[in-house]
Amino acid sequence: MTARRTALRLGLEADAWTLVWGAAAAQLAFAVLVWIHGESPRAMTALLFEGTWGSAYGIGQVLFKATPLLFTGLAVHVALRAGLFNVGAEGQLAVASLAAAAVGAHLPHGTPALVALPIVALVAAAAGALWAAPAAGLRVVGAHEVISTILLNRVADAFVGLVLGLGLAQASSVRTAPVVPGARLSRLDRFVHPLAGSAASTAIVVAVLGVALALWVLPRTRAGREAELVAQNDEACRAAGIPVAWRRAQALLFSGAIAGLASLATVLGYKGYFEQGLGSGAGFTGLAVAILGRGRLVGIVFAALLFGTLAQGGLAINAYVPAEAMEVIQGVVIVVVALADARLRAWLTERLRAIVVLGRGDA
Amino acid sequence: MSALGSILSLTMVAQTARTAVPYVLAAQGGVWSERSGVVNVALEGMMLAGALAGVAVAHVHGPVAGVFAALAVGAALGVVHATVTELGRIDAIVSGVAINVVALGGTRVLLRALYQSSSNSPSVDAFAAHGGGMLARVVFDPMFAAAVVAVVATIALMRATRFGLRVRACGENPLAARAAGVAVLRTRVLAVALGGALAALGGAALAYDEHQFQSGMTGGRGFMALAAVVLSGWRAGRAAAVCVVFAALDALQVVLQGRTRALQDLVQMLPFVAALIALALLSRKRGGGPPAGLGVHAS
Repeated sequence: MTARRTALRLGLEADAWTLVWGAAAAQLAFAVLVWIHGESPRAMTALLFEGTWGSAYGIGQVLFKATPLLFTGLAVHVALRAGLFNVGAEGQLAVASLAAAAVGAHLPHGTPALVALPIVALVAAAAGALWAAPAAGLRVVGAHEVISTILLNRVADAFVGLVLGLGLAQASSVRTAPVVPGARLSRLDRFVHPLAGSAASTAIVVAVLGVALALWVLPRTRAGREAELVAQNDEACRAAGIPVAWRRAQALLFSGAIAGLASLATVLGYKGYFEQGLGSGAGFTGLAVAILGRGRLVGIVFAALLFGTLAQGGLAINAYVPAEAMEVIQGVVIVVVALADARLRAWLTERLRAIVVLGRGDA
Repeated sequence: MSALGSILSLTMVAQTARTAVPYVLAAQGGVWSERSGVVNVALEGMMLAGALAGVAVAHVHGPVAGVFAALAVGAALGVVHATVTELGRIDAIVSGVAINVVALGGTRVLLRALYQSSSNSPSVDAFAAHGGGMLARVVFDPMFAAAVVAVVATIALMRATRFGLRVRACGENPLAARAAGVAVLRTRVLAVALGGALAALGGAALAYDEHQFQSGMTGGRGFMALAAVVLSGWRAGRAAAVCVVFAALDALQVVLQGRTRALQDLVQMLPFVAALIALALLSRKRGGGPPAGLGVHAS
């Protein structure tokens, strides 16, 4: 019993340390980049803080930037549990956003939210899963999902342009018609007045609840548990009669569906329509969120907020340091966290081995 | 000219040859990296970094110096990728994705710092074009020669040199290679650095061809090159052949320019869809599978 509790404590500690490392790496990379640009790291940090957590509006903007990342981070995590890298959240989100906007615009005008929202969300999830389906199928025949999902991203780009050009876009524009009012998610400032003017929407509530629910449900379903085992040892799973190929395909499809739901934040909660490029980048940042979040609610929320802060903070300091520098920081954070994670895991394995031995002595 | 007429023309051949150069170079880079056992999704970022390095240095010191700058930057990224992956014992895909993100963001930051632009660099004089016809201009371009040399050299070095044998040994079974006395880490770092240099050269070839650097100008070519490597069964010559097919599909875009928007979007999808279909058809064959030690750490 003691051994298990200690192991749990160590596990949580390792997670906490990963977050600390991630935040520290971001801060350090930021300081170096700012310094290279000849600005004072301290002044820029102050400016970045002022533009983000320093005001209610800034906080609202951070929440707004973090919302799609919660979805895409969860999406990448779901695939990662099964040992798969879904690099295609980007394309899945684009196609799902297009589908959600198209269907949302064609609902009867007076459709109540209780009907419209589930329909549009379902369409978005289905479209996201559909765009992940070729990758899922290819994984079954043995093609690596990283390559197929990346290729599907490029196809999605052209596909979205094609469909918009073929008449889905409003005349002489590159955007779809607005969705009916019932399919909109309202701005957060309607309920939390200090956030006035910020673009945060109730989608963030849906996102956090969704992440919590998924993380709670996944280890409690057969498919979810088996997917985790497949990631650890597919040979053993095959021998034990687990449908390995199907579990992998399921994980990718589910991942695509969740990535598609990020359109709740971009289309339904923000613009109210879809235009090419809306939500772009969220899919790739989702990879960083999943790696940093390590499949824990607190971790994913923290990671989404961190990258949301970077995105919004980039705008705050754009006059002095290019906002694109934030992408560099993101890459650095990914590597540092992965490195810290590998080190921690090695350290943890050693500690656990010691505990198992001691634990036996206790019993 | 009819659409079919412009497809079946000498222009199309020339366009294909011209478009193939970056793909082929990057694919050879992918072969070196992956045959040594290090998955390399960072080809895209390496190309992009090479493109900017080539253009930025060519502006000041001419195209030859630009080529060397691209090679150096690519090799450096390769060293980082291999070292982080191998010494840190992390998944090479994580490191590769991170390098891509850093390269995309970093080139944009540098673009703003160097040229105060968020989209493209001013135009740069690449190698002077010789000859009259377009095909002649393409074929006598030094970058075209570099691509041909890269393919031949990769095949020869991989097959017939001690280094090539070591690279293959590390890729097939790093533990056995280590037991036999091969310095696995060093071999992998060298192979991935060489691969990075080739990919970056491909990026520079692309930028020279366009006579400027544009933000995100590689547009997935590195990923396509990686797909070509996988489709080829990790073999240099076949990977180059697959690249030429991709390039031909890509060249359709240029040849069919000015036609309806929808047709262009459709054609833009073609190379990627073709790659996906080819993956579906060829993945079942176990003939040229991946190196057995791909993604396996040496300790």
